[in-house]
Parts: sequence; structure tokens; C-alpha cells
Amino acid sequence: MGDKRRIDAPTGTQTVGHEWDGIEELDTPMPRWWLWTLYATIAWAAVYVILYPAWPMIDSATGGTLAWTSRGQLEEQLAARNAELAPIRAEIARTPIDRLPASPRLQQASIEGGRAAFRMHCVQCHGSGAAGSPGYPNLNDDDWLWGGDLGAIEFTITNGARNPDHDQTRMSLMPAFGRDGILQPAQIEDLVAHVRAISGQQPAGAAARRGAALFAANCAACHGADGHGDRSFGAPNLTDPIWLYGGDTETLRATITNARAGVMPRWGNRLDPVTIRMLAAYVHSLGGGEAAPAAGAPTAAGR
Amino acid sequence: MAHPGDLVGTRFFAKRKGVYPKAVDGPFRRLKWAIMAVTLAIYYVTPWLRWDRGPYAPDQAVLVDLANRRFYMFGIEIWPHEFYYVAGLLIMAGIGLFLVTSAVGRAWCGYACPQTVWTDLFQHVERFIDGDRNAQIRLAGAPWSVGKVARRAAKYGVWLLIAVSTGGAWIFYFADAPTLARDFVGGDAPWVAYSTVGILTATTFVFGGFLREQVCIYMCPWPRIQGAMLDEKSLIVTYKDWRGEPRSHGVKKATLADIAAGDCIDCNACVAVCPTGIDIREGSQIGCITCALCIDACDKVMAQVGRPRGLIDYATFENADLERRGEAPKPILREVFRPRTILYSAAWAAIGCVMLFGLGTRTRLDISAQQDRNPLFVRLSDGAVRNGYTVKIRNMEARPRQVAVTFEGLPGAVIWTETGNREGAGREIRTIVPPDALAKLRIFVAAPSGRDGAPAAFVVRALDAEGGSNRVDVTFEGPTP
Repeated sequence: MGDKRRIDAPTGTQTVGHEWDGIEELDTPMPRWWLWTLYATIAWAAVYVILYPAWPMIDSATGGTLAWTSRGQLEEQLAARNAELAPIRAEIARTPIDRLPASPRLQQASIEGGRAAFRMHCVQCHGSGAAGSPGYPNLNDDDWLWGGDLGAIEFTITNGARNPDHDQTRMSLMPAFGRDGILQPAQIEDLVAHVRAISGQQPAGAAARRGAALFAANCAACHGADGHGDRSFGAPNLTDPIWLYGGDTETLRATITNARAGVMPRWGNRLDPVTIRMLAAYVHSLGGGEAAPAAGAPTAAGR
Repeated sequence: MAHPGDLVGTRFFAKRKGVYPKAVDGPFRRLKWAIMAVTLAIYYVTPWLRWDRGPYAPDQAVLVDLANRRFYMFGIEIWPHEFYYVAGLLIMAGIGLFLVTSAVGRAWCGYACPQTVWTDLFQHVERFIDGDRNAQIRLAGAPWSVGKVARRAAKYGVWLLIAVSTGGAWIFYFADAPTLARDFVGGDAPWVAYSTVGILTATTFVFGGFLREQVCIYMCPWPRIQGAMLDEKSLIVTYKDWRGEPRSHGVKKATLADIAAGDCIDCNACVAVCPTGIDIREGSQIGCITCALCIDACDKVMAQVGRPRGLIDYATFENADLERRGEAPKPILREVFRPRTILYSAAWAAIGCVMLFGLGTRTRLDISAQQDRNPLFVRLSDGAVRNGYTVKIRNMEARPRQVAVTFEGLPGAVIWTETGNREGAGREIRTIVPPDALAKLRIFVAAPSGRDGAPAAFVVRALDAEGGSNRVDVTFEGPTP
């Protein structure tokens, strides 16, 4: 093989010595500096192995003298971000929630903070778009069980709904009219007919008229004489097209028979007050938020 | 010429052969000086030019503001979404390079390429300190002495100075030049400025001082692409072998001895001046950047021995063939203006015209809307239907503008924002968009009854004297009946 090596006349370069059907290959040497760059990368690798995590061991890798970890880097970044946010969080903590709208800067910061906290704590029940599902209220609409101004929302989030261990919680209990024998099945059918009539889903017939009397005797105390509901008891408005569990005959019959009592955790003992304030601002911003009631008017939060 | 005796064992790596180009004077050398002066002046001076854009925008004529994602070039301001203008410029530069190459060969490589310009500058410094070619060769072979160390230190010092100012000038394109210069000297500039200057100083120093022609031969893809770009009508530096061969060392002697002798006296002047260390008499080759310095050198020798100039000259392959056969070459202009170059020029001009038209008619107030997908619509307690949109209004003027946003195409629709509520809703939302910025609004739209996928539009109108408006089509979703 080596004996076939020769100098190629046109280029002045020697050949590698292989020859295939008259085709030869030039043995052009690489430039020397190219070799130096290879040595430089090897030196770089050696330095890297010393400074950074590199060799895999049995249960972890060698740590490197800089003690760098991606988890540590994340913690640093989180700490830096929290330090950045600390001043505005302190300002939000000092500002009563009904004064937030007066400061667009604080309000916007609260909404954005709430958006992040909502994804963490609330989407499990209320859904990622806050649109809820049967039994879990849609927070986008303008129908509120316990009040839709900033203060009422903050109060609801802080104290939750139907927490038996907590006396501030939003509390009400609907009787199980059927299960407990308060009403007979036929009476429940009449009530269903009445509720479907006042919500405009079917014309009022004889059954509905019988149901109206039953409604006045059994339901009006909480839902109001005309069925518009009462936020003091979290009693839903039965005349609008929004239903928490469903407005069809089947569901209404089940609701009246067995009653409903949805619960929400009280977040006051899980989240800090600023995060709750931000959550309230975010929920209020979803499109159905109500203006704060005029001064002197009774608020849901006050009860 | 190689001999079998040159055979060495397998050599994987070869040391660079030193290139010590000799100083030369002539029309092409003077052209290179002029182009070097112009290109260096453009590079160093451009960031310091000022251009008044009012109180809300920087006054630097050419500024790539990466932090704020804006590109300023005199009267033109490019936003990131208009980056296709920059792409268009790059395409024009590409086609321009094709045009130049197909017409006059590697003129870019020989005259205007930064690698050529800076190497030329570095070699001039080298000649100034070490002396011309012969002195440089002597010095390279000389043992280390106080004098050699002093000369090397002086040379590297001047190179380093050039390299630092080269790297230093680059960063001024990316920030306000006077401010950055002050901060840089005072040690208050961001670390990225120092590291950029450091890296570019290193590359300038190494590429201009040491790698030189190796960048062209080993690293740069352009010489390889030349093969496809050049054709038989492209001007390249040509040694007219039919005139020069056979070479003789004394024309008079050869004539007396009645030996056939060409014009080439084998004086090696063309090799001595070549900045890439090649012998042009071996023909067109990858190492030739067509800087034409060998033409200057050869013309001078031809004048001294009383022969016509142009033994080495710009010529096309076609004309070289004609001349070799003893026929008259075609005029250069007829070679240059041919369908290929005309087509390149037309494409180049067409892209330029389209871009100018686009720049002249582009809108400076823009609106876009993204509909909420989760939930798609919300049923309200009075039976109305609500949709939510994220609306972005782009004010591309360098001044704040008051604008009004309306929702059109849906009778009875009212709109409000995230911080408002339905009680305060109306037909129009007014807001002030900051100068040269994007305003983001969450807008809720409620309409008495929603039709599934009803067509509608957001319209933004500027309320200032200049006016102007823009619209974006959206749909309004509702329950399927």
C-alpha cells in the first residue's frame, strides 16, 4: 500500500497510497492550528469537569467545585423574583380591597398575581378558564351566590363555603325535601313545574300553579317570593338561565329531593392575605365583577 | 515542482507557510486604499451619526436596539414583526453579491470583505514596523534578540490597538454611542459590552494578524460557492500564458540565442506581492481573491522591460480563449451586460422597489385581537351572551396617541375592560397608547343574544389630528341554537 504513494504533480501533494481504478486520494495535511483548537477543547473539557457536575456516580454525579445545581439556580431565581415583587405585595397588603380600583397599577398587579395563583389553587374545581362545571360555579358570569363585589369575593375565598369547623364560613343548608319526607313526590313534581315556569323554560300549567303555593310555603324564605334568590343565604336566583347543577326536570327533581350543599375550602388558613386579595381581584376581573355596594348598604361580607 | 524525493511519512498536520507580501503601487493598489478608507470610515463613523426622532425615540441614526426590540436606520424604524424588511435587505445583499460575482468575479473578496480589509491593514502595519518582504523573511528566521522582541512587541501592540477599536466600534451599533462610550471607559457598561469587545478584539487580532488567507481557504464558504457563480463571462485575474510562456530570464539573451521566449521573465514579482501566497501563473484557484495586486506588480515589470502591460490582467475565460487562438477579444462591457447580470439586476431592483413601496404605505397604527377560548362564551343572567378578547393596539409612532376602540357588526353590543364592569359599559373604549409601544386590553363584549360565530370587528381610531384607523375581523360566539 505504502509503496504506491507518490507526489501528485499538479498539486504537489502526496497521495495516501490507495488506488481504485486509477482514482487516487490526496493526503492533504490539516492545518496545524486546527490541532491546537482540538487541544483547547480538551483543556476546556477538563476544566469543566472540575468546576461543574460531570461524572455519573451510583446515586448522583460528581458535584464540581462550583457546587452549581439547576435546582439551586431555580431557587436563586425564585428568591430574586420574590424580592422584586416584595414592594408591590406590601403595597397591596396595605390597601383595602375596595380601594384597589383607585390604583390601576396595584389592580393590574393583583389581577396578574391572582391569575397565577388561580392556576395553582382553584382550577381543580373551577376549571382552567374559571368556567366551572355542574356543582362548581362559573366565575365568568354575573350570577353570584354570595356576592360579586371585590369585598364579598375576598370574604368568600378567605372563609370558604360550608366549613363546619369555622364560624365565619359562608353557611346555609337546603332541606332535603323529598328524602326527609317534608314533601311528597307529587308535590315535588309540581314544584319542578313551577321552577321551570318562572325560569321561562316551559309555560305555566296547572301543576305549576299548584307548585306556586308550595313554593311560597317552603322555598320563598330563602329563594324569595319571586324566586330571585338571596345572597345572604347563598340561595340561587331561580329565574335566570344560569344553573349551578342544571335546570332540566330530572336535575331539579334530584335537587329538591336530596338538597345541594357545595363546599369550598377556606383559604384563609392556607394562603397569605395578599394572595387571597390578588385572587379576589382576578376573579372579579373575569367579566362579571360587580361594583362595590354604596356606603352604608349592608354588605355580604359584613354578615 | 514536486519530486518523488519530497515524499515524507504520513503527515496529518502541516504548519502554515509564511506569506510576506511585498509592497506594491499601482492603480489597483490605490483603488484598494480608497475602498479600505471608505469601508473603515463607514464602520467606525456610522454609530456616531445623529438623527432627530423627537423626545420619545433615540437620536442615533443607525441603532439596533435589542433590549427594546427596535431597529432604527435613519428615517426608518423596524419593529420585530416587520423583520421581513431586514430579510429583504439580506436577500438584496445576496443577489447583489451574485450580481457582482457573475460580472466582476471575486471583487467582494478582493476589495470589500472585512477579512481582506483588516488583513490588508494589519499587513501594512507589519511592513511599517518590520520592513518590506525581504526584511520580514529575514526577521522571521533571525534568532530572538532585543531588537526582534521590540519589533514584535510594537507590531502586536499596534495590532491590538486596531483590534480593540474594531471590537469597540461594534457595540456602539447596539446602544446610544456617546452614553455607552462614557460608561465603557468608566467601567459602568454592562458586562456583555465588555465581553463582546473582548471576543471581537480576539477574533480581529487572530484573524487579521495570524490566520489571514487561511480564513479564506479553510473557513469561508464563499470561495466554494464561487464555482457555481462564475461563468465564462466573469472577469477574473488571468495570467496570459499564451503571451508569457515559455518563461525566460533574459529576453535579450534569448532573442540573441534564437530561443523562443515569452513575455514572462520569471521575476516572481506577482508571487511576492500576493497576500494569499499563491502563484497566479498556475491558473485560477481557490486561494486567489482577485485583489489584482499581481496585475500592478507585473505591469510595473513589463514597463521596465519594455513590453506592453497586461501580461496578468482581468479577463474572462471566453476572451482568454479568443486571445489564445489569436482572435480579438470581445469588449468588456459586452461581457458584463448579459442576460444573467441583467436578470440579477432586475431581481435586485424589484425587491428594492417592493420594499420601498411597503415602507411608504405601511400603517403605523395596528390592532389585533385574540378571542378567549376557555370559555368560548359566557351566558349572563339576563340571557345575554358575553365574549372575551385580548386586544393589542400597536402605536408605531414615537409619540403617545389617544385612540378609541369600538366593536362593530353586532347590534346592541356593549364593551368594557377587565378593570371595568358591565354597568359602566359603552360602545367605545378610549385609551392612550404610549409612544412606540403596544397596549394590551382585555375587552368583554356583551350582546343581547349571541349567534354562533357571528362576524364582527374591532376598529381602532386615532383621536389626534393625524387620525388614521385600522380594524381586525373577529367572530362572536354563542350557544348553538
